[in-house]
Amino acid sequence: MNVLIDKFDVFAGGFWLTLQICVLAAIGALILGAVVAVLRISPVPPLRAVGTAYVTVFRNMPLTVVMFFAAFALPALGSNADFLRIPGLDVVFTRLGTDLPYFRFALIALTLYTAAFVCEALRSGINAVPPGQAEAARSLGLTFGQNLRYVVLPQSWKASIVPLGSVIIAMIKNSALIGFFGVVGDLSQSADQLTSAEGYAFIPVAIGISIGYLIMTVPLGALLDRIERRQAVAAR
Amino acid sequence: MTDEALIVLENVNKWFGPLHVLQDVDLSVARGEVVVVIGPSGSGKSTLCRAINRLEPIDSGRIIFDGQALPAEGRELARLRSEVGMVFQSFNLFAHKTILENVMLGPVKVRKEKKAVVQDRAMSLLERVGIANQAEKYPAQLSGGQQQRVAIARALAMQPKALLFDEPTSALDPEMVGEVLEVMTSLAREGMTMVVVTHEMGFARHAADRVVFMADGQLVEQATPDEFFANPRSDRAKDFLSKILTH
Ligand SMILES: Nc1ncnc2c1ncn2[C@@H]1O[C@H](COP(=O)(O)OP(=O)(O)O)[C@@H](O)[C@H]1O
Ligand SMILES: [Mg+2]
Repeated sequence: MNVLIDKFDVFAGGFWLTLQICVLAAIGALILGAVVAVLRISPVPPLRAVGTAYVTVFRNMPLTVVMFFAAFALPALGSNADFLRIPGLDVVFTRLGTDLPYFRFALIALTLYTAAFVCEALRSGINAVPPGQAEAARSLGLTFGQNLRYVVLPQSWKASIVPLGSVIIAMIKNSALIGFFGVVGDLSQSADQLTSAEGYAFIPVAIGISIGYLIMTVPLGALLDRIERRQAVAAR
Repeated sequence: MTDEALIVLENVNKWFGPLHVLQDVDLSVARGEVVVVIGPSGSGKSTLCRAINRLEPIDSGRIIFDGQALPAEGRELARLRSEVGMVFQSFNLFAHKTILENVMLGPVKVRKEKKAVVQDRAMSLLERVGIANQAEKYPAQLSGGQQQRVAIARALAMQPKALLFDEPTSALDPEMVGEVLEVMTSLAREGMTMVVVTHEMGFARHAADRVVFMADGQLVEQATPDEFFANPRSDRAKDFLSKILTH
Protein backbone atom coordinates (compact mmCIF):
# COMPACT_ATOMS: atom_id res chain seq x y z
CA MET A 1 0.00 0.00 0.00
CA ASN A 2 3.04 2.23 0.06
CA VAL A 3 2.28 3.40 -3.40
CA LEU A 4 -0.59 5.51 -2.00
CA ILE A 5 1.89 7.43 0.11
CA ASP A 6 4.94 7.37 -2.14
CA LYS A 7 3.01 8.41 -5.20
CA PHE A 8 0.50 10.61 -3.48
CA ASP A 9 1.42 13.48 -5.77
CA VAL A 10 0.60 11.34 -8.83
CA PHE A 11 -2.82 10.47 -7.44
CA ALA A 12 -3.44 14.07 -6.44
CA GLY A 13 -2.36 15.28 -9.87
CA GLY A 14 -4.61 12.73 -11.57
CA PHE A 15 -7.50 13.76 -9.38
CA TRP A 16 -6.93 17.40 -10.21
CA LEU A 17 -6.82 16.81 -13.96
CA THR A 18 -9.93 14.61 -13.92
CA LEU A 19 -11.73 17.18 -11.81
CA GLN A 20 -10.79 19.94 -14.25
CA ILE A 21 -12.03 18.13 -17.30
CA CYS A 22 -15.19 17.07 -15.51
CA VAL A 23 -16.04 20.57 -14.35
CA LEU A 24 -15.43 22.00 -17.81
CA ALA A 25 -17.31 19.21 -19.58
CA ALA A 26 -20.20 19.48 -17.11
CA ILE A 27 -20.52 23.21 -17.75
CA GLY A 28 -20.26 22.66 -21.50
CA ALA A 29 -22.75 19.81 -21.49
CA LEU A 30 -25.26 21.74 -19.38
CA ILE A 31 -25.14 24.70 -21.76
CA LEU A 32 -25.18 22.63 -24.95
CA GLY A 33 -27.77 20.23 -23.54
CA ALA A 34 -30.05 23.14 -22.66
CA VAL A 35 -29.74 24.50 -26.19
CA VAL A 36 -30.53 21.09 -27.69
CA ALA A 37 -33.49 20.69 -25.32
CA VAL A 38 -34.90 24.05 -26.47
CA LEU A 39 -34.45 22.92 -30.08
CA ARG A 40 -36.26 19.66 -29.37
CA ILE A 41 -39.34 21.36 -27.95
CA SER A 42 -39.29 24.34 -30.30
CA PRO A 43 -42.43 25.07 -32.32
CA VAL A 44 -40.31 25.24 -35.51
CA PRO A 45 -40.18 21.75 -37.10
CA PRO A 46 -36.67 22.04 -38.70
CA LEU A 47 -35.19 23.09 -35.35
CA ARG A 48 -36.93 20.18 -33.67
CA ALA A 49 -35.45 17.85 -36.28
CA VAL A 50 -31.95 19.16 -35.58
CA GLY A 51 -32.40 18.62 -31.85
CA THR A 52 -33.78 15.13 -32.32
CA ALA A 53 -30.98 14.19 -34.72
CA TYR A 54 -28.39 15.41 -32.23
CA VAL A 55 -29.82 13.32 -29.41
CA THR A 56 -30.26 10.27 -31.62
CA VAL A 57 -26.63 10.38 -32.73
CA PHE A 58 -24.92 11.13 -29.45
CA ARG A 59 -27.13 9.09 -27.16
CA ASN A 60 -26.80 5.97 -29.25
CA MET A 61 -23.12 6.10 -30.12
CA PRO A 62 -20.58 4.61 -27.67
CA LEU A 63 -18.51 7.29 -25.97
CA THR A 64 -15.38 5.49 -27.16
CA VAL A 65 -16.42 6.16 -30.74
CA VAL A 66 -17.15 9.81 -30.02
CA MET A 67 -13.71 10.10 -28.37
CA PHE A 68 -12.18 8.37 -31.34
CA PHE A 69 -13.68 10.90 -33.72
CA ALA A 70 -12.60 13.83 -31.58
CA ALA A 71 -9.06 12.60 -31.01
CA PHE A 72 -8.31 11.24 -34.47
CA ALA A 73 -10.76 12.74 -36.93
CA LEU A 74 -10.28 16.35 -35.81
CA PRO A 75 -6.48 16.23 -36.24
CA ALA A 76 -6.95 14.39 -39.56
CA LEU A 77 -9.11 17.31 -40.62
CA GLY A 78 -6.28 19.57 -39.61
CA SER A 79 -7.86 20.93 -36.45
CA ASN A 80 -6.14 21.20 -33.13
CA ALA A 81 -9.47 22.13 -31.59
CA ASP A 82 -8.09 25.64 -31.51
CA PHE A 83 -11.65 26.86 -32.06
CA LEU A 84 -12.08 26.37 -28.33
CA ARG A 85 -9.58 29.18 -27.83
CA ILE A 86 -12.30 31.74 -27.55
CA PRO A 87 -11.76 34.65 -25.18
CA GLY A 88 -12.66 33.62 -21.67
CA LEU A 89 -12.32 29.89 -22.23
CA ASP A 90 -8.81 30.63 -23.46
CA VAL A 91 -7.91 32.15 -20.11
CA VAL A 92 -9.25 29.07 -18.32
CA PHE A 93 -7.16 26.71 -20.44
CA THR A 94 -3.92 28.61 -19.91
CA ARG A 95 -4.48 28.69 -16.15
CA LEU A 96 -5.04 24.95 -16.03
CA GLY A 97 -1.53 24.11 -17.15
CA THR A 98 -2.84 21.21 -19.22
CA ASP A 99 -3.33 23.12 -22.39
CA LEU A 100 -2.70 20.31 -24.86
CA PRO A 101 -4.78 19.47 -27.93
CA TYR A 102 -5.72 16.05 -26.50
CA PHE A 103 -7.19 17.69 -23.45
CA ARG A 104 -9.38 19.77 -25.74
CA PHE A 105 -10.34 16.77 -27.89
CA ALA A 106 -11.37 14.81 -24.82
CA LEU A 107 -13.30 17.79 -23.53
CA ILE A 108 -15.17 18.12 -26.83
CA ALA A 109 -16.06 14.43 -26.91
CA LEU A 110 -17.21 14.33 -23.29
CA THR A 111 -19.27 17.51 -23.74
CA LEU A 112 -20.94 16.44 -26.99
CA TYR A 113 -21.77 13.01 -25.60
CA THR A 114 -23.04 14.18 -22.22
CA ALA A 115 -25.11 17.03 -23.72
CA ALA A 116 -27.46 14.49 -25.31
CA PHE A 117 -28.21 13.04 -21.87
CA VAL A 118 -28.49 16.49 -20.29
CA CYS A 119 -31.03 17.36 -22.97
CA GLU A 120 -33.12 14.30 -22.15
CA ALA A 121 -32.94 14.96 -18.39
CA LEU A 122 -34.14 18.54 -18.94
CA ARG A 123 -36.87 17.31 -21.23
CA SER A 124 -38.07 14.73 -18.72
CA GLY A 125 -38.49 17.61 -16.28
CA ILE A 126 -40.35 19.66 -18.85
CA ASN A 127 -42.62 16.73 -19.64
CA ALA A 128 -43.43 16.46 -15.95
CA VAL A 129 -45.10 19.90 -16.12
CA PRO A 130 -48.79 19.41 -16.98
CA PRO A 131 -49.38 20.48 -20.61
CA GLY A 132 -52.21 22.76 -19.48
CA GLN A 133 -49.62 25.13 -17.97
CA ALA A 134 -47.92 25.86 -21.28
CA GLU A 135 -51.29 25.95 -23.01
CA ALA A 136 -52.64 28.56 -20.62
CA ALA A 137 -49.49 30.62 -21.17
CA ARG A 138 -49.84 30.39 -24.94
CA SER A 139 -53.47 31.39 -24.77
CA LEU A 140 -52.46 34.52 -22.84
CA GLY A 141 -50.14 35.45 -25.70
CA LEU A 142 -46.79 34.55 -24.18
CA THR A 143 -44.20 33.75 -26.83
CA PHE A 144 -42.33 30.45 -26.83
CA GLY A 145 -39.38 32.00 -25.00
CA GLN A 146 -41.57 33.75 -22.41
CA ASN A 147 -43.52 30.56 -21.89
CA LEU A 148 -40.31 28.64 -21.13
CA ARG A 149 -38.89 31.36 -18.95
CA TYR A 150 -41.88 32.35 -16.84
CA VAL A 151 -44.06 29.24 -16.80
CA VAL A 152 -42.42 25.98 -17.84
CA LEU A 153 -38.81 26.11 -16.64
CA PRO A 154 -39.58 27.44 -13.14
CA GLN A 155 -41.76 24.35 -12.70
CA SER A 156 -39.57 21.82 -14.52
CA TRP A 157 -36.12 22.30 -12.99
CA LYS A 158 -37.12 20.51 -9.80
CA ALA A 159 -38.04 17.40 -11.73
CA SER A 160 -34.85 17.70 -13.80
CA ILE A 161 -32.31 18.10 -11.05
CA VAL A 162 -32.05 14.49 -9.88
CA PRO A 163 -31.78 12.96 -13.40
CA LEU A 164 -29.29 15.73 -14.26
CA GLY A 165 -27.15 14.77 -11.27
CA SER A 166 -27.15 11.15 -12.39
CA VAL A 167 -26.00 12.27 -15.84
CA ILE A 168 -23.10 14.20 -14.32
CA ILE A 169 -22.09 11.26 -12.11
CA ALA A 170 -22.08 9.01 -15.18
CA MET A 171 -19.99 11.62 -16.97
CA ILE A 172 -17.37 11.66 -14.22
CA LYS A 173 -17.04 7.90 -14.51
CA ASN A 174 -16.99 8.08 -18.30
CA SER A 175 -14.11 10.53 -18.11
CA ALA A 176 -11.92 7.54 -17.20
CA LEU A 177 -11.79 6.86 -20.93
CA ILE A 178 -9.84 9.99 -21.77
CA GLY A 179 -6.50 8.41 -20.83
CA PHE A 180 -6.84 6.07 -23.77
CA PHE A 181 -7.19 8.99 -26.15
CA GLY A 182 -3.96 10.76 -25.51
CA VAL A 183 -4.70 12.67 -22.32
CA VAL A 184 -1.79 12.14 -19.95
CA GLY A 185 -2.10 12.38 -16.20
CA ASP A 186 -5.79 12.01 -15.37
CA LEU A 187 -6.80 9.48 -12.71
CA SER A 188 -7.21 6.40 -14.87
CA GLN A 189 -4.17 7.05 -17.06
CA SER A 190 -2.07 7.59 -13.92
CA ALA A 191 -3.11 4.15 -12.74
CA ASP A 192 -2.05 2.66 -16.01
CA GLN A 193 1.25 4.49 -15.80
CA LEU A 194 1.93 3.32 -12.22
CA THR A 195 1.09 -0.34 -12.85
CA SER A 196 2.38 -1.10 -16.32
CA ALA A 197 5.28 1.32 -16.60
CA GLU A 198 6.46 1.61 -13.00
CA GLY A 199 5.53 -1.89 -11.84
CA TYR A 200 3.42 -1.08 -8.81
CA ALA A 201 0.93 -3.73 -7.65
CA PHE A 202 -2.45 -3.33 -9.27
CA ILE A 203 -4.76 -3.53 -6.27
CA PRO A 204 -3.36 -0.67 -4.18
CA VAL A 205 -3.27 1.52 -7.26
CA ALA A 206 -6.85 0.58 -8.11
CA ILE A 207 -7.88 1.46 -4.56
CA GLY A 208 -6.12 4.79 -4.92
CA ILE A 209 -7.85 5.79 -8.11
CA SER A 210 -11.19 4.47 -6.86
CA ILE A 211 -10.88 6.80 -3.89
CA GLY A 212 -10.21 9.61 -6.35
CA TYR A 213 -13.41 8.98 -8.31
CA LEU A 214 -15.45 8.34 -5.18
CA ILE A 215 -14.38 11.71 -3.74
CA MET A 216 -16.11 13.30 -6.74
CA THR A 217 -19.13 11.03 -7.17
CA VAL A 218 -20.20 10.09 -3.63
CA PRO A 219 -20.84 13.64 -2.37
CA LEU A 220 -22.76 14.40 -5.56
CA GLY A 221 -24.85 11.27 -5.08
CA ALA A 222 -25.48 12.12 -1.42
CA LEU A 223 -26.55 15.63 -2.41
CA LEU A 224 -29.01 14.18 -4.93
CA ASP A 225 -30.46 11.84 -2.31
CA ARG A 226 -31.00 14.79 -0.04
CA ILE A 227 -32.71 16.82 -2.74
CA GLU A 228 -34.88 13.85 -3.63
CA ARG A 229 -35.90 13.30 -0.01
CA ARG A 230 -36.71 16.94 0.44
CA GLN A 231 -38.82 16.93 -2.72
CA ALA A 232 -40.66 13.83 -1.56
CA VAL A 233 -41.50 15.55 1.72
CA ALA A 234 -42.60 18.71 -0.05
CA ALA A 235 -44.84 16.72 -2.38
CA ARG A 236 -46.65 15.09 0.50
CA MET B 1 -66.39 47.91 -39.28
CA THR B 2 -68.14 47.19 -36.00
CA ASP B 3 -71.05 45.32 -37.55
CA GLU B 4 -68.62 42.89 -39.08
CA ALA B 5 -68.48 39.57 -37.20
CA LEU B 6 -65.65 39.28 -34.68
CA ILE B 7 -64.98 35.57 -35.22
CA VAL B 8 -65.53 33.89 -38.57
CA LEU B 9 -64.87 30.25 -39.41
CA GLU B 10 -65.18 29.34 -43.08
CA ASN B 11 -65.19 25.80 -44.29
CA VAL B 12 -62.92 24.63 -41.49
CA ASN B 13 -61.65 21.05 -41.59
CA LYS B 14 -59.48 19.26 -39.09
CA TRP B 15 -58.31 15.69 -38.85
CA PHE B 16 -56.67 13.80 -36.01
CA GLY B 17 -55.06 11.09 -38.11
CA PRO B 18 -57.97 9.35 -39.83
CA LEU B 19 -60.53 11.04 -37.55
CA HIS B 20 -62.32 13.94 -39.26
CA VAL B 21 -63.00 16.02 -36.12
CA LEU B 22 -64.17 19.23 -37.78
CA GLN B 23 -66.09 18.82 -41.01
CA ASP B 24 -66.70 21.90 -43.17
CA VAL B 25 -67.49 24.03 -40.16
CA ASP B 26 -68.91 27.50 -40.84
CA LEU B 27 -69.59 29.73 -37.89
CA SER B 28 -69.63 33.43 -37.32
CA VAL B 29 -69.84 35.18 -34.01
CA ALA B 30 -70.88 38.83 -33.88
CA ARG B 31 -69.40 41.37 -31.49
CA GLY B 32 -71.08 41.10 -28.12
CA GLU B 33 -72.72 37.81 -29.02
CA VAL B 34 -72.78 34.83 -26.65
CA VAL B 35 -72.69 31.52 -28.49
CA VAL B 36 -73.14 28.32 -26.53
CA VAL B 37 -71.84 25.14 -28.15
CA ILE B 38 -73.43 21.91 -27.02
CA GLY B 39 -73.29 18.33 -28.22
CA PRO B 40 -72.29 14.83 -27.22
CA SER B 41 -68.84 14.08 -25.92
CA GLY B 42 -66.29 13.55 -28.69
CA SER B 43 -68.23 15.63 -31.20
CA GLY B 44 -65.39 18.14 -31.62
CA LYS B 45 -66.54 21.00 -29.36
CA SER B 46 -63.19 21.43 -27.62
CA THR B 47 -61.36 21.22 -30.92
CA LEU B 48 -63.60 23.93 -32.37
CA CYS B 49 -63.03 26.15 -29.38
CA ARG B 50 -59.26 25.62 -29.44
CA ALA B 51 -59.06 26.19 -33.17
CA ILE B 52 -60.27 29.77 -32.69
CA ASN B 53 -57.02 30.82 -31.00
CA ARG B 54 -55.01 28.22 -32.90
CA LEU B 55 -54.12 26.10 -29.91
CA GLU B 56 -55.23 23.47 -32.40
CA PRO B 57 -54.11 24.27 -35.97
CA ILE B 58 -56.63 23.44 -38.68
CA ASP B 59 -56.01 21.52 -41.91
CA SER B 60 -58.10 23.56 -44.30
CA GLY B 61 -60.51 26.49 -44.35
CA ARG B 62 -60.12 29.93 -42.83
CA ILE B 63 -60.49 31.43 -39.39
CA ILE B 64 -60.72 35.19 -39.17
CA PHE B 65 -60.54 37.07 -35.91
CA ASP B 66 -61.36 40.77 -35.89
CA GLY B 67 -60.89 41.05 -39.63
CA GLN B 68 -57.55 39.27 -39.71
CA ALA B 69 -56.82 35.67 -40.71
CA LEU B 70 -55.09 33.70 -37.96
CA PRO B 71 -51.35 33.98 -38.54
CA ALA B 72 -48.94 31.05 -38.34
CA GLU B 73 -47.14 30.27 -35.07
CA GLY B 74 -44.98 33.18 -33.96
CA ARG B 75 -45.15 36.70 -32.61
CA GLU B 76 -48.19 37.72 -34.62
CA LEU B 77 -50.14 34.72 -33.37
CA ALA B 78 -49.06 35.43 -29.80
CA ARG B 79 -50.39 38.98 -30.17
CA LEU B 80 -53.69 37.71 -31.50
CA ARG B 81 -53.99 35.17 -28.70
CA SER B 82 -53.52 37.97 -26.20
CA GLU B 83 -56.80 39.41 -27.49
CA VAL B 84 -58.73 36.16 -27.06
CA GLY B 85 -59.08 34.97 -23.49
CA MET B 86 -59.42 31.26 -22.83
CA VAL B 87 -60.84 29.45 -19.82
CA PHE B 88 -60.13 25.73 -19.55
CA GLN B 89 -62.00 22.88 -17.95
CA SER B 90 -59.01 22.16 -15.70
CA PHE B 91 -58.40 25.86 -14.78
CA ASN B 92 -54.68 25.66 -15.64
CA LEU B 93 -53.63 28.35 -13.20
CA PHE B 94 -49.84 28.67 -13.01
CA ALA B 95 -49.06 26.42 -10.07
CA HIS B 96 -45.84 28.22 -9.05
CA LYS B 97 -47.36 31.69 -8.96
CA THR B 98 -49.71 33.34 -6.50
CA ILE B 99 -53.25 34.23 -7.50
CA LEU B 100 -52.27 37.85 -8.00
CA GLU B 101 -49.18 36.89 -10.04
CA ASN B 102 -51.33 34.63 -12.18
CA VAL B 103 -53.58 37.53 -13.07
CA MET B 104 -50.70 39.96 -13.60
CA LEU B 105 -48.37 37.79 -15.72
CA GLY B 106 -50.03 38.40 -19.10
CA PRO B 107 -50.40 42.18 -18.92
CA VAL B 108 -46.87 42.64 -17.52
CA LYS B 109 -44.98 40.27 -19.82
CA VAL B 110 -47.08 40.28 -22.98
CA ARG B 111 -48.39 43.85 -22.97
CA LYS B 112 -45.42 45.32 -21.07
CA GLU B 113 -47.77 47.37 -18.93
CA LYS B 114 -46.54 49.01 -15.73
CA LYS B 115 -46.73 46.75 -12.70
CA ALA B 116 -48.53 49.25 -10.51
CA VAL B 117 -51.26 49.81 -13.11
CA VAL B 118 -51.66 46.08 -13.67
CA GLN B 119 -51.80 45.37 -9.96
CA ASP B 120 -54.68 47.78 -9.48
CA ARG B 121 -56.58 46.25 -12.36
CA ALA B 122 -55.80 42.71 -11.20
CA MET B 123 -57.04 43.48 -7.68
CA SER B 124 -60.27 44.98 -8.94
CA LEU B 125 -60.84 41.95 -11.18
CA LEU B 126 -60.21 39.63 -8.25
CA GLU B 127 -62.64 41.79 -6.28
CA ARG B 128 -65.19 41.36 -9.01
CA VAL B 129 -64.91 37.55 -9.02
CA GLY B 130 -64.90 37.56 -5.21
CA ILE B 131 -61.36 36.33 -4.52
CA ALA B 132 -59.51 39.52 -3.60
CA ASN B 133 -58.82 38.24 -0.08
CA GLN B 134 -56.96 35.21 -1.51
CA ALA B 135 -54.60 37.20 -3.73
CA GLU B 136 -51.43 36.05 -2.00
CA LYS B 137 -52.33 32.34 -1.94
CA TYR B 138 -51.24 29.70 -4.43
CA PRO B 139 -53.74 27.98 -6.74
CA ALA B 140 -53.54 24.64 -4.91
CA GLN B 141 -54.84 26.36 -1.76
CA LEU B 142 -58.10 27.36 -3.45
CA SER B 143 -61.24 25.35 -4.21
CA GLY B 144 -62.04 24.46 -7.82
CA GLY B 145 -64.71 27.11 -8.08
CA GLN B 146 -62.34 29.76 -6.76
CA GLN B 147 -59.60 28.65 -9.14
CA GLN B 148 -61.92 28.88 -12.10
CA ARG B 149 -62.99 32.39 -11.08
CA VAL B 150 -59.31 33.35 -10.90
CA ALA B 151 -58.82 31.86 -14.37
CA ILE B 152 -61.60 34.12 -15.64
CA ALA B 153 -59.99 37.13 -13.96
CA ARG B 154 -56.65 36.17 -15.51
CA ALA B 155 -58.25 36.11 -18.96
CA LEU B 156 -60.04 39.42 -18.33
CA ALA B 157 -56.83 41.11 -17.22
CA MET B 158 -55.71 41.11 -20.85
CA GLN B 159 -58.85 43.11 -21.72
CA PRO B 160 -59.66 40.60 -24.46
CA LYS B 161 -62.04 41.16 -27.34
CA ALA B 162 -63.54 37.71 -26.86
CA LEU B 163 -63.53 34.89 -24.34
CA LEU B 164 -63.52 31.17 -25.09
CA PHE B 165 -64.77 28.75 -22.44
CA ASP B 166 -64.21 25.01 -22.80
CA GLU B 167 -66.52 23.27 -20.32
CA PRO B 168 -65.57 25.68 -17.52
CA THR B 169 -67.76 23.99 -14.91
CA SER B 170 -67.34 20.32 -15.83
CA ALA B 171 -64.52 19.70 -13.37
CA LEU B 172 -66.30 21.37 -10.46
CA ASP B 173 -68.18 19.94 -7.54
CA PRO B 174 -71.87 20.72 -8.04
CA GLU B 175 -72.02 23.31 -5.27
CA MET B 176 -69.35 25.40 -7.02
CA VAL B 177 -70.90 25.48 -10.46
CA GLY B 178 -73.21 28.35 -9.57
CA GLU B 179 -70.49 30.78 -8.51
CA VAL B 180 -68.67 30.36 -11.82
CA LEU B 181 -71.81 30.59 -13.96
CA GLU B 182 -72.76 33.75 -12.09
CA VAL B 183 -69.52 35.44 -13.17
CA MET B 184 -70.01 34.24 -16.74
CA THR B 185 -73.59 35.43 -16.85
CA SER B 186 -72.61 38.90 -15.71
CA LEU B 187 -69.91 39.05 -18.41
CA ALA B 188 -72.48 38.03 -21.00
CA ARG B 189 -74.81 40.81 -19.82
CA GLU B 190 -72.06 43.36 -20.13
CA GLY B 191 -71.64 42.57 -23.78
CA MET B 192 -68.53 40.40 -23.80
CA THR B 193 -68.23 38.27 -26.93
CA MET B 194 -68.21 34.66 -25.72
CA VAL B 195 -68.00 31.18 -27.16
CA VAL B 196 -68.97 28.74 -24.44
CA VAL B 197 -68.78 24.96 -24.65
CA THR B 198 -70.93 23.67 -21.80
CA HIS B 199 -73.41 21.11 -20.60
CA GLU B 200 -75.12 23.69 -18.38
CA MET B 201 -78.47 24.02 -20.12
CA GLY B 202 -79.60 26.64 -17.62
CA PHE B 203 -76.76 28.90 -18.71
CA ALA B 204 -77.54 28.21 -22.38
CA ARG B 205 -81.18 29.18 -21.86
CA HIS B 206 -80.56 32.35 -19.91
CA ALA B 207 -77.31 33.79 -21.13
CA ALA B 208 -76.88 32.63 -24.73
CA ASP B 209 -77.89 34.60 -27.78
CA ARG B 210 -77.50 31.49 -29.90
CA VAL B 211 -77.10 27.79 -29.32
CA VAL B 212 -74.98 25.74 -31.70
CA PHE B 213 -75.45 21.99 -31.66
CA MET B 214 -72.51 19.84 -32.77
CA ALA B 215 -72.37 16.15 -33.53
CA ASP B 216 -69.64 14.09 -35.21
CA GLY B 217 -67.59 17.11 -36.17
CA GLN B 218 -70.44 18.96 -37.84
CA LEU B 219 -72.54 21.94 -36.82
CA VAL B 220 -75.89 20.22 -37.03
CA GLU B 221 -78.09 23.16 -36.15
CA GLN B 222 -78.08 26.63 -34.67
CA ALA B 223 -80.95 28.60 -33.20
CA THR B 224 -81.87 30.96 -30.39
CA PRO B 225 -82.05 29.08 -27.09
CA ASP B 226 -85.84 29.39 -26.89
CA GLU B 227 -86.28 27.96 -30.34
CA PHE B 228 -83.65 25.26 -29.90
CA PHE B 229 -84.91 23.90 -26.60
CA ALA B 230 -88.59 24.11 -27.62
CA ASN B 231 -88.21 22.83 -31.19
CA PRO B 232 -84.99 21.04 -31.99
CA ARG B 233 -85.12 20.23 -35.70
CA SER B 234 -82.58 17.46 -36.13
CA ASP B 235 -82.99 13.97 -34.74
CA ARG B 236 -79.50 14.11 -33.25
CA ALA B 237 -80.43 17.21 -31.27
CA LYS B 238 -83.75 15.74 -30.15
CA ASP B 239 -81.99 12.58 -29.03
CA PHE B 240 -79.29 14.57 -27.22
CA LEU B 241 -81.78 16.81 -25.44
CA SER B 242 -83.96 13.91 -24.37
CA LYS B 243 -80.90 12.30 -22.79
CA ILE B 244 -79.68 15.27 -20.85
CA LEU B 245 -83.01 16.78 -19.90
CA THR B 246 -84.25 13.58 -18.27
CA HIS B 247 -81.54 13.91 -15.62
N1 LIG C 1 -54.91 15.56 -29.62
C1 LIG C 1 -55.74 14.64 -30.12
N2 LIG C 1 -55.26 13.61 -30.84
C2 LIG C 1 -56.09 12.68 -31.36
N3 LIG C 1 -57.42 12.69 -31.24
C3 LIG C 1 -57.97 13.70 -30.54
C4 LIG C 1 -57.15 14.73 -29.94
N4 LIG C 1 -57.96 15.60 -29.30
C5 LIG C 1 -59.21 15.13 -29.50
N5 LIG C 1 -59.22 14.01 -30.23
C6 LIG C 1 -60.42 13.26 -30.67
O1 LIG C 1 -61.19 14.13 -31.46
C7 LIG C 1 -62.57 13.96 -31.18
C8 LIG C 1 -63.18 15.28 -30.76
O2 LIG C 1 -62.61 15.66 -29.53
P1 LIG C 1 -63.05 16.95 -28.73
O3 LIG C 1 -62.96 18.13 -29.62
O4 LIG C 1 -62.29 16.97 -27.47
O5 LIG C 1 -64.59 16.62 -28.45
P2 LIG C 1 -65.56 17.21 -27.35
O6 LIG C 1 -64.91 18.39 -26.71
O7 LIG C 1 -66.80 17.54 -28.08
O8 LIG C 1 -65.80 16.10 -26.36
C9 LIG C 1 -62.65 12.89 -30.11
O9 LIG C 1 -62.96 11.66 -30.74
C10 LIG C 1 -61.28 12.85 -29.51
O10 LIG C 1 -60.97 11.56 -29.07
MG1 LIG D 1 -64.30 18.71 -24.74
